[in-house]
Amino acid sequence: MTSPRDTSGAVADTLTGGPRRRRVRKRPRGVPLPLLVPALAGLAFLVLPLIALLVRTPWSNLPDQLTSPQVWQALQLSLVCATAATAVSLVLGVPLAWLLARVEFPGRGLLRAVVTLPLVLPPVVGGVALLMALGRNGVVGRWLDSWFGVTLPFTTAGVVVAEAFVAMPFLVISVEGTLRAADPRYEEAATTLGASRFTAFRRVTLPLIAPGVAAGAVLAWARALGEFGATITFAGNFPGRTQTMPLAVYLALQSDPEAAIALSLVLLAVSIAVLAGLRDRWMTAS
Amino acid sequence: MTDNEKTDTRTTHTEKIAHGGTEDAAQAVEEPDAPPAGAGPGPHQAVTAGTALHPEKAVTAGTALHPEKAVTAGTALDPEKAVTAGTALDPEKAVTAGTGLDAHLVVERGPFRLDVALTAAPGDVVALLGPNGAGKTTALRALAGLAPLTGGHLRLDGASLDRTPPESRPVGVVFQDYLLFPHLSALDNVAFGPRCHGATKAEARAQAAAWLDRMGLADHTGAKPGRLSGGQAQRVALARALATRPRLLLLDEPLAALDARTRLEVRAQLCRHLAEFEAVAVLVTHDPLDAMVLADRLVVVEHGRVVQEGTPSDIARHPRTDYIAHLVGLNLYRGQAEGHAVRVDAGPVITITEDLTGPVFVAFPPSAVTLHRDRPTASSARNLWQCVVAGLETHGDQIRADLTGALPLAADLTTVAAAELDLHPGAEVWATVKAAQTHAYPA
Repeated sequence: MTSPRDTSGAVADTLTGGPRRRRVRKRPRGVPLPLLVPALAGLAFLVLPLIALLVRTPWSNLPDQLTSPQVWQALQLSLVCATAATAVSLVLGVPLAWLLARVEFPGRGLLRAVVTLPLVLPPVVGGVALLMALGRNGVVGRWLDSWFGVTLPFTTAGVVVAEAFVAMPFLVISVEGTLRAADPRYEEAATTLGASRFTAFRRVTLPLIAPGVAAGAVLAWARALGEFGATITFAGNFPGRTQTMPLAVYLALQSDPEAAIALSLVLLAVSIAVLAGLRDRWMTAS
Repeated sequence: MTDNEKTDTRTTHTEKIAHGGTEDAAQAVEEPDAPPAGAGPGPHQAVTAGTALHPEKAVTAGTALHPEKAVTAGTALDPEKAVTAGTALDPEKAVTAGTGLDAHLVVERGPFRLDVALTAAPGDVVALLGPNGAGKTTALRALAGLAPLTGGHLRLDGASLDRTPPESRPVGVVFQDYLLFPHLSALDNVAFGPRCHGATKAEARAQAAAWLDRMGLADHTGAKPGRLSGGQAQRVALARALATRPRLLLLDEPLAALDARTRLEVRAQLCRHLAEFEAVAVLVTHDPLDAMVLADRLVVVEHGRVVQEGTPSDIARHPRTDYIAHLVGLNLYRGQAEGHAVRVDAGPVITITEDLTGPVFVAFPPSAVTLHRDRPTASSARNLWQCVVAGLETHGDQIRADLTGALPLAADLTTVAAAELDLHPGAEVWATVKAAQTHAYPA
């Protein structure tokens, strides 16, 4: 009968091994300096500019700055255009995301790369490309002009186009990710009940992925709101027509730095609001 | 399929609803070796069906479809006609008559090949039984149109469905984890099918409410699937599948997602609903008990092929593969018989009571095996083998010993006996089996 002795030996091992192991485990908790220093520097690098913005804000005449007609005009235009660009992204981007996530076809990987390209493309390049496509002499723009009399560059609609071009990939990527995570068998269940694929999408899939669509829309909206490069290249900088907040900030910085700070503060507030709205989704998920 | 044929099918369909009770009784009579009540589906099912589907209810069901025909069907309740309908339950006849399911499913996916032939008459419940990965679910998906056939054919009530997309097939599916749409209430889940088939919202909801009421879920119509218990969700899924009035009902492991206690109750309910169902039902399961209780006929699938099919009692008595023998709890050997002796392939000789020649199967239950520590001298048992204990496990209130040796076998013994014999892995024992407790049948 050796088993009892074996058991007691194992218990003894555990008893002596326990504290030793605990001591060993404690050491990695101390963060090594080569990691800690750059980490803190990085944090400061990200936070300091925002603090500086708050420090230098002309709090006393902030109300005057923010109620000036130019600011209101730019803010209004920004909100309208960003919302319109988000709407365009939703109408075109959700089906595109579905296509990428649910339909297998040759060249799908390539198509996904093309869709993602505007994410990494310098926005100015996007603006130039849009001009080449939709400009008055562009590949498509020529026909738009001569057939329908539609001119997009340097109009408010042009702002929406430029913003949608830059923002839609965010929505597509977000929605596609949600679609991939969603169980495709719900769509199968719907088809066995007699639903066409479109009905299944509309009545089952869309409600299921609604949170992902909403998150993608907010992300796209925030991106559209801050759009600068593509907008100024494709739509120009006409106050009241194509001058959105970021353009107004840039212009104000040349002549009236205090106004620029005030405008920046508004955009910062909007960004924080967006982040707060999404915190459940991204700040806790990771 | 021509319009004429369609009408014909519908007529039989309505008639079947009308005298469902009598018909099932007829079926039970037809089947002479139905297992005793409680042990198998035969009589048990018939009785449940009879009480649940009494004529009046049936007529109501009929009127919902075609008022005139239902009345005719209602009067046609005389026994003779019912018997005629009963004979139509024979799969082959039914298939030639153009009703029911006639399928030869071939699905190739990489190295895996499914090749299964299935026929069933309206009213039949067929169980596809097999181990995990045997291709049961693939077969079900092929029937539903969710997996394309690479060969074979699929006919339902005479119409070819080979190329029909899933949404156009008269097929209802109860998925393993039900797949109730989580954003819709139980009522809207059930109403989904009728809506897709062109009913208005109000009509669809009324139908759904009736189905839920029939499932005993009238109080849960507004509940979202997340708030339903497993058993309730299963019934909502069944109602959702039936609400499209399918001609083929598919159930994928209908009880696998339930815990042991609800399982018993839900199995009884499902059994009743399946007995009421007038068209073909195919269920997939790896649980032999579910298969035997719910189905009239079992089709055992292993490695993508049908290895055995028959009534539950036939399969339980005459297993033909190790998998089935294990499922029904029998020791099974294949060998060559010569009179009362069977030489097991690469093994010893087993003495049997039957007089057979040629390839045979020999089966005996683990409880027929008696174990001895020393070679028994006074035992009258004709079969005696020396074995080594490979493993022990509790099996109900008994101990099941896995034995290796000349003849690998399983033996059941009481805990006391196991202790007295001092059984432990590696122990050498003698096993005896009386010839009278073996059962041999031609392979």
